Amino acid sequence: MVGFASPLLLIGLLALPLLWILLRAVPPAAIRRRFAGVALLLGLEDKAQQADKTPWWLLVLRMLVLAAVIVAFAGPVLNPKLGPKAADPLLIIVDGGWADAYDWPQRQAKAVSLLDRAALDGRAVALTQLTDAPQALVFKAAADGRGRLAAMAPQGWQPQDLALWGAALPAGRFETAWISDGLAHSGQAELLASLQSRGRVNVFESDRPLYALGPASQANGKVTLTVQRLTQGGPATVEVIARGPDPTGIERDLARVKVTFGPKDTAAPAELDLPAELRNRVTRFAVDGQRSAGAVTLAGDSLKRRKVALVVEAAEGEAMQLLSPLHYLRQAMNASTDVLTGGLADVLPTNPDVIVLADVAQMPPAQADALQAWVEKGGLLLRFAGPRLAGSDMAALAGDPLMPVTLRQGGLTSGGAMSWGAPKALAAFAQSSPFHGLAAPPDLKVRTQVLAQPDANLPARSLAALDDGTPLVTRKALGQGQVVLFHVTANAEWSDLPLSGLFVQMLERLAVSATAGSAGADALAGLVWTPEHILNGWGDLADPTALAGLAGEALVAALQNGPSAKVPAGVYRHDGMGVALNAVPKDQPLVKATWPVGVAVQGLTLPAEIALKGPVLALALILLLLDALATLALSGRLGFGRSSGAVLLALALIVQPQDAQADDAADQRAIAATQGVVLAYVMTGDSEVDATSAAGLQGVSDQLIYRTAIEPLPPMGVDVETDELVFFPFLYWPITSDAATPSAAAYDKLNHYLRTGGMILFDTRDADMAGAGPTPEGQALQRIAQGLDIPPLAPLPDDHVLTRSFYLLQAFPGRFVEGGLWVEAPPPDAAKTDGMPFRNLNDGVTPVVIGGNDWASAWAVDEDGWPLLPVGRGAAGDQQREYAYRFGINLIMYVLTGNYKSDQVHVPALLERLGK
Amino acid sequence: MTLAPDLRARAEALGQTLPPLLAAAEHLAATVTLGEHGRRRPAMGDDFWQYRSARAGDPLRLIDWRRSARSDQAFVQEREWQAAQSVVFWVDPAQSMDFAGSTRPPKSDRARLLALALAVLLLRAGEQVGLAGHPQPPRAGKGQILRLVEALAADLAAPAQDYAAALPLDFVRQGRAVFISDFLGDLPGLERSLSQAAASGVKGLLLQVLDPDEEAFPFDGRMVFVSMGGSLAHETKSAGDLRGRYLARLAERKARLAELAQAAGWVYAAHHTGQSATPALLWAYRALQGGW
Repeated sequence: MVGFASPLLLIGLLALPLLWILLRAVPPAAIRRRFAGVALLLGLEDKAQQADKTPWWLLVLRMLVLAAVIVAFAGPVLNPKLGPKAADPLLIIVDGGWADAYDWPQRQAKAVSLLDRAALDGRAVALTQLTDAPQALVFKAAADGRGRLAAMAPQGWQPQDLALWGAALPAGRFETAWISDGLAHSGQAELLASLQSRGRVNVFESDRPLYALGPASQANGKVTLTVQRLTQGGPATVEVIARGPDPTGIERDLARVKVTFGPKDTAAPAELDLPAELRNRVTRFAVDGQRSAGAVTLAGDSLKRRKVALVVEAAEGEAMQLLSPLHYLRQAMNASTDVLTGGLADVLPTNPDVIVLADVAQMPPAQADALQAWVEKGGLLLRFAGPRLAGSDMAALAGDPLMPVTLRQGGLTSGGAMSWGAPKALAAFAQSSPFHGLAAPPDLKVRTQVLAQPDANLPARSLAALDDGTPLVTRKALGQGQVVLFHVTANAEWSDLPLSGLFVQMLERLAVSATAGSAGADALAGLVWTPEHILNGWGDLADPTALAGLAGEALVAALQNGPSAKVPAGVYRHDGMGVALNAVPKDQPLVKATWPVGVAVQGLTLPAEIALKGPVLALALILLLLDALATLALSGRLGFGRSSGAVLLALALIVQPQDAQADDAADQRAIAATQGVVLAYVMTGDSEVDATSAAGLQGVSDQLIYRTAIEPLPPMGVDVETDELVFFPFLYWPITSDAATPSAAAYDKLNHYLRTGGMILFDTRDADMAGAGPTPEGQALQRIAQGLDIPPLAPLPDDHVLTRSFYLLQAFPGRFVEGGLWVEAPPPDAAKTDGMPFRNLNDGVTPVVIGGNDWASAWAVDEDGWPLLPVGRGAAGDQQREYAYRFGINLIMYVLTGNYKSDQVHVPALLERLGK
Repeated sequence: MTLAPDLRARAEALGQTLPPLLAAAEHLAATVTLGEHGRRRPAMGDDFWQYRSARAGDPLRLIDWRRSARSDQAFVQEREWQAAQSVVFWVDPAQSMDFAGSTRPPKSDRARLLALALAVLLLRAGEQVGLAGHPQPPRAGKGQILRLVEALAADLAAPAQDYAAALPLDFVRQGRAVFISDFLGDLPGLERSLSQAAASGVKGLLLQVLDPDEEAFPFDGRMVFVSMGGSLAHETKSAGDLRGRYLARLAERKARLAELAQAAGWVYAAHHTGQSATPALLWAYRALQGGW
C-alpha cells in the first residue's frame, strides 16, 4: 500500500501531456564547433534526413523523469500507518496460548502499536488474554494497557470454551482487534458473533509456520513422535531434539533427528532410534528453533523401560511352558519392559530395576545379603508365593527381611474338593492402596494362598485383600526400596489373577512395568497426582508453585483434551509413576482457524512505514542521467570523452550498493582477543550497563597494568549467543532484571567455558544477595544460572584464596559495601590443620563468583582514566574505590594463577621434608 | 658541419631574450645539424678557405689546433665562402592556422616553429633569410633570426583573415621560397604566386601543416562547423555522414597542391601537428639543399 503525504501535488502529473507537446517540437541543439576545414565542407549536403523532432523514447524518458519528481515531492509512503480514525473503545484480544509463544514479541509489538494508535485517537482500551478465566472487561485509558500487556505471557495451554467470554463483554459498541494464533478454538465462532454484534472485528494472524509436537510413543525400540504444522507452505525440514541429563546431570541434547515435510504434509513422523540407556534419560523432545510449549513433548515415564529380572530356579527348566510360574509375568511385562531371565547371581550384577522371585523360598546367605543390599539401594523385589514357599520352613523365614510379612506354615486352600468354603473373591481396594481405583473383576477367584501371620504391621502392609480380609498382596519398605509379596503364584495354578487384566494393571501400579504415560485411564484414575514440573507457554519447565495434587480423572481428561489452566501441562507423579501431560494431546490435529467472510484478517507484522521520497528522487536522477547519456548519443558526442565519463561516474555513484560489508569480522575479533589477556564482559543489551561494564573492566585493566605484571588489552564485550568465549579467561556478567535466558546452544557453550577453566563473575548489582527477599536481579540470576553447570556454592570463607591472591582483603566492596560473595563451596571435610593459617580449601578454582556489589561502577573510568561514577563520600569513598580495585586485582590474579597462593601453605611442610 | 656547438652557445646566450618559440626552433634545429646531409654535392662548409686568428667569441672547437701549434696564436679554419642563397619564408598568418584539435598546439605554432628552425639552419649555413611581405630584404647573419622573430610576432599581432588571401608575388630572383600554410583557402592566389615565382626562377617548398582532426574528421551528430574567424559556417545533422566526402575533398586538395608544385618546379609535403616537427624540418632542409 502506498500513501502520499501531500497528494494534491499529484495534480502536477496533468502537466505531462503539455510537456509532451513542448518537448516534441524542440530538436536537440546542434553543437557549434570551430573547424578550419570548413572551407572543404561547404556545399556538402546531408545524405540521411534525420528527424528534427526528439525521438519518442527520449520524450517518454523525460516525462518519466518529471513524473518521478512530481510523485517524489508528493511524499509517497509505503505501508502508511495512518488509517481512518475511530472513536469507539477498542478491545484487544490475545489468544495467549502456547501457539502464541513463538512470535510473542511480534504479537506484543502489534498490541503496542494498537495501543499507541488508540492513545493517539483518545480511545479507551480493554486488553485480555483468552487463556485466562473469563472475567468482566473494563475499558480504561490506553496507557494503562501497556502495563497489562507487559505482564502477559503465553500460557502452556490453549484458550478453551471461548463462548463463555461472550457474557464477559462490556456493554455498548466497541471495536475489536483479535490477535489470533491461527488455531481454531472451541467457541470461537460464538465469541466472534457476539463481538461482531458490538462493532467491527479486525483479526490479526501471523503466517509464521507453527509446529507442534505430539506425545512420544515407542515401539520396537524406536521412539516415534508426530510433528504437526499449521500451514503447509511447501516442503520444510525441522529438527527434533531429544534432551535429557547426561551422566553428570547436565541437561544436553541427546539426539537429533531431521523431519521433512512434503509440500502438502501437515504432519510428519519423527523416528529416533535410541539405545536403551539414552532413551531412559530423555526427559523432553523439542522442535528446534520453536520456542513454545506446543513444540515440546515431555517424556515422563513413557519412554522409560524398566529392566526386570525374572529369577528362575535352576530345576524348573524343563517344565511345561504354561505351567511355568513366570509365563504370565513375561507376557504382562514383555511389551513394556526389558526382561532378563536367569539365576539370581547372574542378574544382580546387571542392576535391574525390578527383580521377580517366583516361588523362591531359600537362597544362599551371600545371595540374600546381596539382594537385600540391592533392595535397600532402591530396588523393587517382587515375590510370588508357590508350593515351595508354602512348604518351606516358616520359622526360618520369620525374620527374613526380604519377606514383607511373616507367613503361616502351609497355605490355605479354599473351594477345593477338600475344603469347606468357596473360592475367595477380591475385596475392593482400600483408599490407601496403590491399586485404589482399579476394578476387581467379580469372577476373579483365588483358590489357594499363603497366609500372613497377623500382627500389628499387617493392615498397613496389606495392599490388596480377599473378601474375607486375608491379605493378597503385601508390601514392606526396605531401605529406599521395597519388597512386595503376592500371596498367590505367578501362574494360574492358585488363582485367576494372572489371567486377568487386573494383574497387568497391578503391575503397572507397582511401577513394575511403568508405562504410565501410555497406560489407560483406569491406570491413572483414583490416584492423586502431584505436579513435578510445569510447562510454561515458552516450553520451559517451571516449578509448580501453588498447585495442589490432582485427581487422576482430571488428568485423564486433560490427557484427552489438552491441558488447561487448572491442569497445566507438565509432569505429574504418583509414587514412582510419572505421567507427562503435554500441550498437544495425542492424535489431536492442529486446526486452522476459519474466519467468516466479512472479518478483516490482516497480517501480524505490518511492514514498517517506508518513505519513498528518497528512492523516487534517486530514480528521477538516474533517469535524468540516462537522458543525458541518450542526448549525448543522439548528438553523436557519446564516446569515451570526458562528459559521458562524468555521467557514467555519476550513475555508478548512485547505483553503488551501500552495504558492502567485511565478513571476516569474527576472525578479526578472534585475533584481537588473543593478542594478550583480554577481560570480557557479557553484553546485556542494556547500553548503559554495557558501557559501565566496559569502563569498569578498563579501570581494572589500568590498575592491573599499574600495579601487577598483568597487562590486559582493552576489554571486549561478548554476546554469549554468538561470540566465541574460549579466548577470555574471565567474564564479567552484570545481571539485569530483564536479562534474556540464554539459548540451549549458549548454555552448552557457557558450560564448556566453565569446565575448561573460564570464570564468570555474576554481579546482580543490588547489594542484596541474602537480604530481604529475592530482588528482580536475583531472580534473573537464578533463572540464568539454572542451566549452568555450577557446583554447590557457599559464602566466601575467610580463608579463601581470593582474600590473599594479591592483596590481603577482608571485604569486597564495589559501589556497595554490604553484599557478600559466593564461591564454590569448600569440601565438607576441609579442616584446619595445626600451624597452618588457613585450610586447604579448594584444589580447583571456583568457576563462578557471585555477588551484588556492582563492581563495574566502582571500577569504571573514563577515557582519561578518571573515575566515571561516584562511590561513597569523600575520603571514605576513595578508600572504597581503592578496595574495589584491590578486589578486582585479587580476582584477576585468582583467575590467572588459580590456587597458587593456596599452595604456599605447603611450603613449610615441603621444606621440612627436604630437610630430612 | 659543426654548427651545433655554436647554436647551443647562442641559444644559451639568447635564452633570456628570445621568445619561447625561438628557443624551441633552436632546439629543433639542433637536432638536424648532421654533417652527412650536406655531402651530396661539394657544398658549403667542406672546402678549406683560409686560416684566420681566433677572435673572442669563437668556440674552442673551431680552433685548428694543428695550425695553432705551429705558432703562438690560435687559428680558426675558415671555409670557402660561397654565394649565399636568399630564402624567403611565407608563414600563413590567417586565422585558419589557429585551429587546434583537442590538446595539440595550433597549426600556426608549428608553422612558425618550422620556419624559424629552418631559418636557423639556413642562417647557420650562411644563407640569407627573409620573410615575405615585410620590407626588410633577406639577410644573413646571426641577428637576422631575431628580426625574423619580431616580424613573425608582428604578423601575429596584425588582424588576420579567415583564410590567407594575399600570397607573396615578388621574389628575389633565383632565390628560394618556403610557403608554410594549411592551404585550405582559395587556390587561385597560390597559383598566381607560384607562376610568378616560376617566372622569377624561384624554387621552393610548399609545406602543408594540418591538424590530425582535419585529416580524420572525427565528428558525429548534429553540428555547426564554423571557420576560425566565423565568416564561414556549415551546418550538418549528421557529421559522420560527411566524413567520407570531406576526406575525398582533402585528398583532392592535396593532389592539386602537389600538381601545382610540380608545375612550378617546387616540392610539396604535408605535415601534421600530431607528428614530431623534426621529420618535417629534415625534409625541408634537405629539399632546400636538394638538387635543383
